[in-house]
Amino acid sequence: MDLARTEVALRKRVTKGGAARLGLIALPVAFFAAFFAYPVAAIVARGLKTDGGWQLGRIADVLTQSDIRHVLWFTTWQALASTALTLLVALPGAYVFARFDFPGKHLLRAVVTVPFVLPTVVVGSAFLALVGRGGLLDELWGVRLDTTVWAILLAHVFFNYAVVVRTVGGLWAQLDPRQEEAARMLGASRLSAWRTVTLPALAPAVAAAALMVFLFTFTSFGVVQILGGPTFSTLEVEIYRQTSEIFDLSTAAVLTIIQFLAVGAILAVHAWTVRRRETALRLVDASVTARRPQGVGQWALLAGVLACVAGLLLLPLAVLVQRSLDAPDFAYYRALTSEDGGTFLVPPIDAIGNSLTYAVVATAIAVLIGGLAAVALTRRDAGRFVRGFDALLMLPLGVSAVTVGFGFLIALDEPPLDLRSSWILVPLAQALVGVPFVVRTMLPVLRAVDARLREAAAVLGASPWRAWREVDLPMVRRALLVAAGFAFAVSLGEFGATVFIARPDNPTLPVAVARLLGRPGELNYGQAMALSTILMVVCAVALLVLERLRTDRTGEF
Amino acid sequence: MSNTRKFTAVVVGLGLVTLSACGSSESGSGGSGESKTVTLVSHDSWAVSKSVLADFEKQSGYTVKVLKDGDAGQAVNKAILTKDNPQGDVFFGVDNTLLSRALDNGLFQPYEAKDAGFVLPEYRVDQDKHRVTPVDTGDICVNYDKAYFTEHKLDPPQSFDDLTKPAYKNLLVTENAATSSPGLGFLLGTAAKYGDAGWQDYWKKLKANGVKVVDGWEQAYYEEFSGSSSGRKAGGDRPLVVSYASSPPAEVVFADPKPKTAPTGVATGTCFRQIEYAGLLSNARNTEGGKALLDFLLTKEFQDDMPLNMFVYPVREAAQVPPEFTKYGPQAEDPQTMDPAEIAANRDQWVKSWTSLVLK
Repeated sequence: MDLARTEVALRKRVTKGGAARLGLIALPVAFFAAFFAYPVAAIVARGLKTDGGWQLGRIADVLTQSDIRHVLWFTTWQALASTALTLLVALPGAYVFARFDFPGKHLLRAVVTVPFVLPTVVVGSAFLALVGRGGLLDELWGVRLDTTVWAILLAHVFFNYAVVVRTVGGLWAQLDPRQEEAARMLGASRLSAWRTVTLPALAPAVAAAALMVFLFTFTSFGVVQILGGPTFSTLEVEIYRQTSEIFDLSTAAVLTIIQFLAVGAILAVHAWTVRRRETALRLVDASVTARRPQGVGQWALLAGVLACVAGLLLLPLAVLVQRSLDAPDFAYYRALTSEDGGTFLVPPIDAIGNSLTYAVVATAIAVLIGGLAAVALTRRDAGRFVRGFDALLMLPLGVSAVTVGFGFLIALDEPPLDLRSSWILVPLAQALVGVPFVVRTMLPVLRAVDARLREAAAVLGASPWRAWREVDLPMVRRALLVAAGFAFAVSLGEFGATVFIARPDNPTLPVAVARLLGRPGELNYGQAMALSTILMVVCAVALLVLERLRTDRTGEF
Repeated sequence: MSNTRKFTAVVVGLGLVTLSACGSSESGSGGSGESKTVTLVSHDSWAVSKSVLADFEKQSGYTVKVLKDGDAGQAVNKAILTKDNPQGDVFFGVDNTLLSRALDNGLFQPYEAKDAGFVLPEYRVDQDKHRVTPVDTGDICVNYDKAYFTEHKLDPPQSFDDLTKPAYKNLLVTENAATSSPGLGFLLGTAAKYGDAGWQDYWKKLKANGVKVVDGWEQAYYEEFSGSSSGRKAGGDRPLVVSYASSPPAEVVFADPKPKTAPTGVATGTCFRQIEYAGLLSNARNTEGGKALLDFLLTKEFQDDMPLNMFVYPVREAAQVPPEFTKYGPQAEDPQTMDPAEIAANRDQWVKSWTSLVLK
């Protein structure tokens, strides 16, 4: 028909689309300026600006202190060690999940992801129950690992196992095995075929996963806070101590800047590997590449991976549940419903309601902001500004949550942003951490929607609305739900910022767990375990639902 | 591309709904301005008998809301950070070790409580401005596990010097001076005893003698210390702990059945005197209510009630010290004390040096 006219109309729409995109990005930019950049800048300025001048000399002062250098060194090496250990343990797992078919695989896939969305406080308490004083290992063999670096490293592996399995395994499952087979046909040994065919295809995904693990462990807070004792502290923990306990705001500000720079560098490298990963690979449907394990070797590998998952991932969770039930008649759970004047002024069970409400609101905000940003970022020819914004959106993942929390307290207390006594502060802070997940989940899917499909629909006479409904919506809807699920889970577990801004009479679940753990006595400990178990179950249910929705293209997490 | 616009419309709409929902509930819950509610911000150890608090509410007509905001140090720091728009009207729980930080940062506004004249002279501070009101006092001392020392036929230590002796190697657990108020008190006690020049040497010896440092008092006393009832259950293996002179009475009061004597004792030569203050927060919304609450904290009724709730001693003359206190743990006779100005001048530097020396 009249192709020329369609062409013109399409082009016009594209230019209009460009303008609309700028409009789309305005809200996320405003959100980040008001609730991220401004509070962080405010707390840094509070520490480094005295008598109207910037005390930049403090940076050199702080860096020459031996205990601060000790913290920097520990932060780096434990992150490197955690990353190496996680890769070592999880890469075989990624292979098994990618290539083998076995009963219960989908369930197990969801189960190994549970730790990742668990609040760090719960991970910390689970490991305390496993390797701490009076923990399972202590009871059985008298082995205690708390206050050693091993407890921290193991908890980090536990926490990040899923990052590697999902990022690397997801791609591995879609690599066409016939390419490697072809290489072997042509005379390559098994090893060299793997080295020359599979490894190069896989390397960017491994690098991206390793960088994410490095980022998460480099900025680790809750885990180190609970398991580290006074000797071990990461930058993030040190920022917390300097601000909240020692009240040395200038040192805290310098550390915040250092962490900011380090995280920026990590994210830049990550963005680069992700872009490389988007280069064309011959991908096939994951369901055709997996098959039953064959031969003793493969069965042994599967058994090894399962044993690893059982020991490292399931055991801590099981111990947590067991400790929560370690009193007759669910006493710890029942205690949650009674008002005790000791720790809170409300029954701890109220924390569940608070948490769910906050998380729902945070999810709505994160999906709104992240969704808009993702739509704006979809264009492959997006400008440098927009691409830069992509990286900026990731920053809240790595910039000290503690800093954000304190920044909220001191920055958002005057009109027009007088939110200090409002409960909305908590969901806003949680949404900040949720947005990166939404963007990373939505972006690949939005980009994968082939513009030609829409054009074809238009050519066939579909109205734009109908084209959107029939083409985009089915693909985007799932991703949107998955994104919402992730945002919900991380909001539920957010601890670093929430711990400062949640009002003492409105604690969230992780805050309540941390406070209960800080109180003496079996009843408080048991209640902490019971609350952790409840939190874990909520997260696990959210994940199982996600696993049903998951599309193979969804997500870089 | 209108699809993206529609998508936008949907999400924007959703967002607006959310935001307006926030707005409405926010205006509904902004109750802290009501003059009939007075809000007390404190640390986790705040406690009062319900009947005593109810009496105050009935007599004054105010409803008291309490926000417990973490450990003593954290609560003070957070209060300072939020002083322009405080969470409440009165803050209770800044002690003499951190007092200068609160005063220098302008946390409190002047108010002299009605019964200030009844405060024992040794606890009065800031007499020209009256920014804080003393409320309670106590001694931070090393406690020992009586059973351990009987079993090992060893005399328990009595002084700071004793703690560095080989007989007590690997027996003491203390708290991080940077994060815990008894930990800081113990450090200040050693600084008072050995002076600015000598305390580092003392701690070197203490470190060589195997002192263990944990982050908080709860962990030290309830997990590491072998003498407390929870510590015994938790398998604590340190028979010496930095705690309070009132801890032995607490062991008896909370025990069921009650033992004839306390299972723990106090090394009376290792004590440091701690005094806790309350004050009217600068920018408090309900200053009248805050003043009434401060008055209440010095009344005889509250001062008599307080000791067995928070295990501290009253500062009001002729207030009753419960018989359990005198029976199970004598108050230290000559505790180390330090002039607030000296604490203010040295605290942060001492803590820093201590951290490098002992922890790293």
